[in-house]
Amino acid sequence: MEYLSQHNPKVVALCADLIGSLKLEGFIKNSPERFFQTGIAEANMIGISAGLTLGGFIPFATTFANFGTGRVYDQIRQSVAYSGKNVKICCSHAGLTLGEDGATHQILEDIGLMKMLPGMVVINPCDYNQTKAATIAIADYEGPVYLRFGRPVVPVFTPEDQKFEIGKALHLVEGKDVTILATGHLVWEAIQAAEALLEKGINAEVINIHTIKPLDVQAILASVKKTGCVVTAEEHQYNGGLGDSVAQYLAMNHPTPMEFVGVNDSFGESGKPAELMEKYGLNANAIVEKAIKVMARK
Amino acid sequence: MQTQEIQKISSQVRRDILRMVHACQSGHPGGSLGCTDLLVDLYFSTMNLKTDAAGKVVFDMDGTNEDLFFLSNGHISPLIYSVLARRGYFATSELASFRKINTRLQGHPTPHEHLEGIRIASGSLGQGLSVAIGAAQAKKLNGDKSTVYCLMGDGEQNEGQVWEAAMYAPHHKVDNLIAFIDENGQQIDGPTEKVMSNRDLQAKYEAFGWNVMRMDGNNAEDIQNTLIKAKAALGNGSPIMIIMKTEMGAGVDFMMYSHKWHGVAPNDQQLQDALAQLEETLGDY
Repeated sequence: MEYLSQHNPKVVALCADLIGSLKLEGFIKNSPERFFQTGIAEANMIGISAGLTLGGFIPFATTFANFGTGRVYDQIRQSVAYSGKNVKICCSHAGLTLGEDGATHQILEDIGLMKMLPGMVVINPCDYNQTKAATIAIADYEGPVYLRFGRPVVPVFTPEDQKFEIGKALHLVEGKDVTILATGHLVWEAIQAAEALLEKGINAEVINIHTIKPLDVQAILASVKKTGCVVTAEEHQYNGGLGDSVAQYLAMNHPTPMEFVGVNDSFGESGKPAELMEKYGLNANAIVEKAIKVMARK
Repeated sequence: MQTQEIQKISSQVRRDILRMVHACQSGHPGGSLGCTDLLVDLYFSTMNLKTDAAGKVVFDMDGTNEDLFFLSNGHISPLIYSVLARRGYFATSELASFRKINTRLQGHPTPHEHLEGIRIASGSLGQGLSVAIGAAQAKKLNGDKSTVYCLMGDGEQNEGQVWEAAMYAPHHKVDNLIAFIDENGQQIDGPTEKVMSNRDLQAKYEAFGWNVMRMDGNNAEDIQNTLIKAKAALGNGSPIMIIMKTEMGAGVDFMMYSHKWHGVAPNDQQLQDALAQLEETLGDY
């Protein structure tokens, strides 16, 4: 956001009392007149964002994922999506791994809620560099976008100067035995899983699906045609997530044995991120297990 | 514009509303009739609208350097459609398509069908004031001196988001905004006092930091005078809220003094009885 404050005079930022968590200090310092504090009033923040688009501004509405999607679903639906407004909803603290705050804050349904809205782009980048690149890229895209990211510190493994292309999947590991489609910080876990699988003599292909909608179906199709089976991995419910989008596409176009790594119809709970990922089956071990299972179904 | 001329246009707009709702046997005549005098004044007299060299209104989504109006209580869509058409944003013949398949005149207004004059979808209540505030702040950022207007219902004051917006606008000194509450005292389940009392709206908005005025929303002269007063009060650090008393169904005797006509269309005979009370001043569509 600090970069955008210096490079795009049309970008404005809004925040619902979470400036520190959303790392907006740099933007506010550079462009105080383009920052709007809404207080703890997310519905109003979405409406004001929609209004700010008139006159050519590009509002970035920011808060935690639970409050920026589920709490304000109807505001996003009517004032942003149906009205076709160029609003970027950027939310941190998505998923289980915000940790100790527990299930009230751990939204695992946000990808589903947002992708169901006609015209909404849904992006879940995998590390700091990709999140920064995506944040910059969506300012140049005309239309509503939901950008979600997590809270925990995760390894930064993508290039600092990467160009982010909305809807373009990224091949990270080439393989022929099983396709692993991962999004968000599960991409790192997928890379770890691929290394573990290699030790067992299995060549896994890992693809970073940073954009869930629009889905890069060509990349997915090409990979599963080669490997014949697929595992999806995400910090989200099975229902409504990346896996659900992939399953829908493959069912209609290229039925393929498939397994899901995600949360299966359950709320989260308090705990440390690593403990929660272990308990809810969201880590490299879980991906390895599902990969072996799905290969047996070929 | 003389109030007599405004009243003439209002009479035609009321005919349009009744005929539109009758034709599709669906829609909300009560509130539409009640707010007619305000919207006709805004669009034909008070608001500064973008026009071409020939004086015809032109629409662009951004609406920079012109006054903007946001309808938050979107169910009174027949009114906004009639006013926009009569003002020249689109052909009055299109009013016949209201609420019918493939129409741009959806049950509740939306820019989704690219209807000239509509900038935001409304219908799910409580959202329009926030949007209007955002548009007003965009004008400030652009150095655009024009004014943003917004109309809400009194039943709509039940919605929590309205009060989020009510708190925000004075805090951020959004003083290029004039909002209205249509205080007709009725909502779907009955009188607002019975369904969910608003108690003292003036005291509430004043406590939030608004400059609150009152007017008779069915008196063209009072509307004009109050709007002159309101415009003179712009730019003083406070947003302006005008609480306007209206009669639901105003202009048609048997539709007044009841919430019965909130969302009910007249039958053939009722339409004839209603039209007989309203002069055809500009020619029916």
